Amino acid sequence: MIKEIREPLIFEISEAGKRASELPPLDVPTKKDLLTGAPLRREIGDFPEVSETEITRHFTRLSQKNYCVDMGLYPLGSCTMKYNPKVNERLAAHPAFAGSHPLAPADLIQGNLEVLKKLESFLCEIAGMDAFTLQPAAGAHGELTGMMLIRAALEARGNARKYVLIPDSAHGTNPSSAHICGYTVKEIKSNEKGTIDLASLAQEMTEEVAALMVTNPNTIGVFESDICRIAEMVHAKGGFVYMDGANMNALTGIVRPGDMGIDVMHINLHKTFSTPHGGGGPGSGPVGVKKELMPFLPVPVIVEKAGRYTLDFNRPGSIGRVRAYFGNFSVIVRALCYILTLGPKGVREIAEFAVLNANYIRRSLEGEYYLKYTSASMHECVFSDKFQKEFGVTNLDIAKRLIDYGMHPPTMSFPLIVHGALMIEPTETESRRDLDMFIDAMKAIAKEAKENPEILHAAPHVTYVSRLDEVAAAKFPVLRWEKKS
Amino acid sequence: MSYLSLSDKDKAEMLARVGAASVGDLFCCIPEAVRFKGLLDLPAAQSELELIRTMDAVGGKNAYGGHLSFLGGGAYDHFIPTVVDYLSSRGEFVSPYTPYQPEVSQGTLQLIFEFQTLICQLTGLDVANDSLYDGSTGAAEAVLMAHRVTSRSKVLLARSLHPQYREVVRTYIKNLGVESVEVGFGPDGRIDKAELTRSLDDQTAAVVTQSPNFFGVVEDLQALSEAAHGVKALSVAVVAEAMSLALLEAPGKLGADIVTGEAQSFGIPVSFGGPYLGFMACKKEFLRQMPGRITGQTVDKDGRRGFVLTLSTREQHIRRERATSNICSNQALCALRATIFMETLGKQGLREMAWQNAQKAAYAADKLAAIPGVKRKFTGPVFNEFAVELPKPWPAVDAALRAKGIVGGYGLGAEFAGIGNAALVCVTELRTKDEIDRLARTLQEVLS
Repeated sequence: MIKEIREPLIFEISEAGKRASELPPLDVPTKKDLLTGAPLRREIGDFPEVSETEITRHFTRLSQKNYCVDMGLYPLGSCTMKYNPKVNERLAAHPAFAGSHPLAPADLIQGNLEVLKKLESFLCEIAGMDAFTLQPAAGAHGELTGMMLIRAALEARGNARKYVLIPDSAHGTNPSSAHICGYTVKEIKSNEKGTIDLASLAQEMTEEVAALMVTNPNTIGVFESDICRIAEMVHAKGGFVYMDGANMNALTGIVRPGDMGIDVMHINLHKTFSTPHGGGGPGSGPVGVKKELMPFLPVPVIVEKAGRYTLDFNRPGSIGRVRAYFGNFSVIVRALCYILTLGPKGVREIAEFAVLNANYIRRSLEGEYYLKYTSASMHECVFSDKFQKEFGVTNLDIAKRLIDYGMHPPTMSFPLIVHGALMIEPTETESRRDLDMFIDAMKAIAKEAKENPEILHAAPHVTYVSRLDEVAAAKFPVLRWEKKS
Repeated sequence: MSYLSLSDKDKAEMLARVGAASVGDLFCCIPEAVRFKGLLDLPAAQSELELIRTMDAVGGKNAYGGHLSFLGGGAYDHFIPTVVDYLSSRGEFVSPYTPYQPEVSQGTLQLIFEFQTLICQLTGLDVANDSLYDGSTGAAEAVLMAHRVTSRSKVLLARSLHPQYREVVRTYIKNLGVESVEVGFGPDGRIDKAELTRSLDDQTAAVVTQSPNFFGVVEDLQALSEAAHGVKALSVAVVAEAMSLALLEAPGKLGADIVTGEAQSFGIPVSFGGPYLGFMACKKEFLRQMPGRITGQTVDKDGRRGFVLTLSTREQHIRRERATSNICSNQALCALRATIFMETLGKQGLREMAWQNAQKAAYAADKLAAIPGVKRKFTGPVFNEFAVELPKPWPAVDAALRAKGIVGGYGLGAEFAGIGNAALVCVTELRTKDEIDRLARTLQEVLS
C-alpha cells in the first residue's frame, strides 16, 4: 500500500473521444430502421471515456489500496480467510468450463454435470449427509434454501409450524433467513460456557417449533458438545436441526454433521473449500440434507446412470428453483479442485491445523487480552477489549492499530454475546512466522494501550485514509458520482 | 498435497505451547461417540500436474465447445477485452474479504462506488446497490422490496419474464403470503395490455416485466409503468441482457421504480450459469428498502475523501430478522469485472457493441425468416435475440442442427405451452456474417 497515491474516480479523468477498446467493423449490411417502435437513448450520459493505459493504471493503483490474503494474515473470525490456490483459478477459467452455456443440451455438457455430481458426492462424504444441492449462491442463500426445505417437509406432514429457535450467539443471517422463510424467531440464551443452554432449549422446544438453527462450532469457536442430546430434543418434538456450516473448517475429516443428528446444513465453499472471497463474493452455499428431505430439493437434480448424466425436473415435492441455472459453477469447479488436491488426509489436516493455529494464538495471547469464555477453542478464539478499556482503548483502536503493524484486523464486535469482541481465526494455511508476527503485534498493542493509548486512538497511521466518518456517510448518503453542474 | 505452511518442528513446538500431546488432543471436546474414525472415502491427493490432467479430461467431456452456438436466454457470449481478465486476476482484488475495514479496502470500495454510478447511468435511476447474486434472485428481491414498500401482497409477473426467474420469484414468495399472477403476451411478443389492465387492482404491489423480454422483444415500459402507477403499484423492470441498456432508453426514464437484472454480459464468461452479477437500482425514495450492500462516499478524520459500506442498518448483521434481506455478500469480483469492462468499452464502445448486436440479430432474423416455412414468431422490436417459428418440431430440428455442429437456439415449447415449434435465437457481436449465413444455410437443409 502506497500511502501517497491518490486515485481519482474514473469519471474525473474521463475526456470526450477517448476509448480503450474497438470492435471489428460491422460485417453485415447496416439496417436503418433498427428497433422500430422501441425508444432508443441518445447516449449514456457521463459514461467514462479513457484509454487502455489509463484503465490499467487506474485498477492497478486501486488494487494497491487493498489488503488481501495474498499479502498476509487475514484473521477475520468466522470468515475463514485461507490461502486461495492459484491452479484452481486457472482451471475455473478453462475454456471448456468458462465457455459453456447453461442452456446447452445435457449431452453437450457432460463434463460440467460430472463436476457438479462429483462435488455433491464429496460433500456428502465430508458432511455425512445423503444429498447436496449446489444451487445456492452464498451461505445466506443456503440458509434460506435449507429453511425452505424444512418448511416443505413440515407442510408435507400437514403443519409448517411457527417458530425457529436460534442461539443468541448466531450470525445475523440465521434469523433473517428464517424470517424470509415465513417463520418467527425465538432466541435461545447461551450458558456460561457460551454454548446452548439445554434448560432454555427444553422450555422453548415445543411442537410449534419447526427447527433449531445451530452453528457448530459456534461463533465463539466452541464445539457444542451436547449436540447429540440437542438433536434428540428437537427430533423428539418433530422439529429439524439446521446447521450453519460457516465453521466447518474446524470439523473436516474429524466429525461429520450428519453423524451428530443434523438434518440440513449449508457449507460455504468460499470458506472451507478455499475459493476466493473476491472482496465480498461470489460465494457458494451448497445445502446438504438427510434422506427425509431429499424429495424437496431444488430442481433440477442431476442423475447419473452408467456414467451418463441427465437433469431431473420431474420432482413434484421440490421447493422449486432458488436461483437460475446451476449455482455459481466456476466457484464449484474451484472447490472440486481443492478437494482433489487435498485427498482424504489433506481434508482432515484442514481441521487439525486450523485448530492448532487458533489454539496457538489463544494460548499466546491469554493474559494479555480478556477471554470471556474459557471453553476449549476450535478454529477460532474470541478475545475482548475488557483489559484495554481500563486505559480508554476499545476493540476498534486495537483493530485499527493492527493495520499499522501490516496485518488485517480480526472480526470486531461479533458475536453479540461478547462485548468489545475481537474474533480471531487464523486458518490452517498460515505459517508460524505469520502467526508469531500477529501475536507479537497484539502484545505490542496491549503494551501501547497502557503506555501510549493516543497512538491507538489515532491509528491507522500508514494508510491513505484513516477513520472514515461512517456516521456522516449514512446521514448524508452520497452513493454515486455526479457531474458538477 | 496440501497448502499447509507448518514444518514438523513448528508443529511440535506449537503443540508444546498449547499443552497438547498430539493434534488429536485438540479435539477432546468432541464426544468420542460421534468422532469420525479413519479416513474419508475421497480420491487420493493429486499433484498440480495430475489435477490439470484430471480437469482437462473432465472438461473434454463437454462437447458444447466444438459447436457454433446461438444460445442466449439470460446468458450471453460477448467479447471480453484482455484487460478485464488481466486486471481482475490481481490477488489484491481476488483474495480480500468484504471491505469492513475501509482503511485497507479503498480499492474495492472505490471500484464499487464506480460500479454503482455506472449502473445508475445505465438504468436512469438515482441509486444502485453493490450487486446481488444474479438476475433471478434480483427479480425475487425486487418483488419482496415492492411488497415492503407498498404493504401489498399481489404481484403481476409477465409470462415473458425469464421462466427460471419466474420460478425463483415463486420459490421466494410462497412462504410469505404474497401471491403472483401471470400476465400473458400478445402476437407482438409484448405483455398483453388488456390482460394486464384486468389484473391490476388496489392490492397489486408491483408489475414485473422483463425488457427485452425472454423472447428478445422490447416492452413498452412507459405504458406499463403508467398502468402500474395508476393503481399505486411499483413498476419493476427486469433486464436480463444488460448490453441492451447501452442502446435502449434507460428504464428509469420510462417510469420504472426499480430496475434489476443480470449484468453477466459485462465481461463475465457464460461459465455454465455462474457466478453472475445481479444488479439493482431504484428511485431515491425507496433507498432504505433496498436489499444488499451499498457503498457511500465520506471523508476521513483529516478531511480526505474515502469510501465506506453504508446504510447498514438495513442489513441482517445489525437488524437480524427485521433486515430488508438476508443477503450478506455481494458479487464483488464479478462487479469488478463488469466495472473494468464498462470503463474499457466506455461511452462509445459500449454503445457500438450493443448496436452491432442489434444489427447482427436483425440480419439473422431476416435471413432465417427468408427460409421457406420459417417465420418470425413475434412482431415486436427485438434487441439481440428473437423467436422463430419452424415447420417441424424443435427437438428434431435441434438434433439435426447439432449433427452439423450447430446449437441453433433454445426451444420454447417446454416452458411456454401452446407456443408451437418455436425457438429462441441469439446473435451477439461475436457471431460473424459467415456464421450467421452458415446457420441459415444449414437450417434450410435440415428443414427441406
